[in-house]
Amino acid sequence: MSHLAQTQTQETFVLNLGPQHPATHGVLRVKLVMDGEYIVHAEPVLGYIHRMHEKMGENRTWAQFMPNTGRLDYLSALSYNFGYAAAVERAAGITVPERAEYIRVITTELNRISSHLLWFGAFVLDLGGFTPLLYAFDDREQILDLLESVTGSRLTYCYFRFGGVYNDIDDNFVPGSLAFIKRLRARMPMYHDLVTKNIILMKRLIGIGPISAEMCRRYGATGPVLRGSGVQFDVRKNEPYSVYPEFNFDIPVYHECDSMARYMVRMDEIEQSMRIIEQACNKLPEGPIMAEKAPKIIKPAPGDYYFSVEAARGSFGVRIVSDGTNTPYRLKLRSPTFSNLSLFAEASQGMLLADALALMGSLDLVIPEIDR
Amino acid sequence: MSGYFNDLFSGTKSLAVGMGITLKYFFEPVVTLQYPHETLKMTPRFRGHIDLVKDEETGESKCIVCGMCQKACPSGCITVEGEKKEGAKKKTLSSYTLDFTKCSLCGLCVENCKPEAITFSKDYNLAGPSREAYVFDLVKRMKERCSP
Repeated sequence: MSHLAQTQTQETFVLNLGPQHPATHGVLRVKLVMDGEYIVHAEPVLGYIHRMHEKMGENRTWAQFMPNTGRLDYLSALSYNFGYAAAVERAAGITVPERAEYIRVITTELNRISSHLLWFGAFVLDLGGFTPLLYAFDDREQILDLLESVTGSRLTYCYFRFGGVYNDIDDNFVPGSLAFIKRLRARMPMYHDLVTKNIILMKRLIGIGPISAEMCRRYGATGPVLRGSGVQFDVRKNEPYSVYPEFNFDIPVYHECDSMARYMVRMDEIEQSMRIIEQACNKLPEGPIMAEKAPKIIKPAPGDYYFSVEAARGSFGVRIVSDGTNTPYRLKLRSPTFSNLSLFAEASQGMLLADALALMGSLDLVIPEIDR
Repeated sequence: MSGYFNDLFSGTKSLAVGMGITLKYFFEPVVTLQYPHETLKMTPRFRGHIDLVKDEETGESKCIVCGMCQKACPSGCITVEGEKKEGAKKKTLSSYTLDFTKCSLCGLCVENCKPEAITFSKDYNLAGPSREAYVFDLVKRMKERCSP
């Protein structure tokens, strides 16, 4: 039984967490009504980084919205590129060549690993451990170098095009990716020794911030948050897209529902992503990287289309309504962390402030994506 | 009570293991690059801001003033102006302005350029005292780059 349920106090105070707080990773503001160290009520306040991406989409051509997708979730931009490109391809009826699909999968999975590594570092930083962040960034840097040599940018990628990818991979990419996987596999036990088995981390995560599967369902939480609550749901398996059905990989699921479970899901996902990249690199077919029949000016047939992909933080969906012109009539982006954040208010009730920050970190929030 | 001592023992051990790892890395070679004393060479595909390509035959820009880059740009940061010189059949480029403050480096302009008249520069050390410092006159830049 929590402290709140036991005592009835009259004195509460309001604490502003953010919008410029290191643990909120950006400009999230949470209005907390506190009873001492315990949270009575939490209210996330959004709007500090609203850039009206959806409205922007209605005012530019289909292709011109592509760079915006990289600015939603800047840590796994390629998944968002993927979601939007695939949605428009579905609308316009463009088939992507197999080589391009493979390249998309490899680059997206590399991006997922880099996102999880950054989350790992930042999460441990939230909990007060500084050193793991530097080790994680060292590994992440290798991925950024690999992706930079292919896509031309390091963070806000704009690499996918309707019908394929911007340019072909270079000679160094496949050997480089395989060498990186070898390196990261050798470093994972170090991460587990340094962080996962650390007594301070275990005491701060095990049993902290329980989120039940039922609560996830009510708020629409997806991704590692849902899988940490014991639900085996991953868009890559449940609604397979691209060439994912050709690969052999598992969906890590933990039934503990606490922050530790969400932490472990992400750590295991790094391994699964490495498995996908390995298989894709070994099976990479030759061929074109752009669909031959892809039109220069896209004008999808009038209609309503939806496509969802598994981004690093959960299911990212793009709904587009086309009226047959060269600009979208409506563009709706379903971002995973918006739903993941929504449950914070309920889940954090009666928690210690320090524990609530551990819970918030385990949700892996990226604010520009919540606030589009 | 035994749980308490178990925690104490295994917890201390886990901290010692962690300290051992950091100690090991402490004696390993440094991986950070001492920027700005050392710099990296940009990869061939690095997408910096755009630059005009010089036509080796004529010594002028390859640009044919079709305006496709201007049209493709999502942020409207390119302004191309051309003029028709007397006796010439086609337009020639008179000014090419890039407002780099608005550019999102998506590369759609380069992709849409048929005569391959624009390319990505490898500049990344960009710093300026004012907003106007980022309105680039690309024709001037091309001439400065090509003059010895």
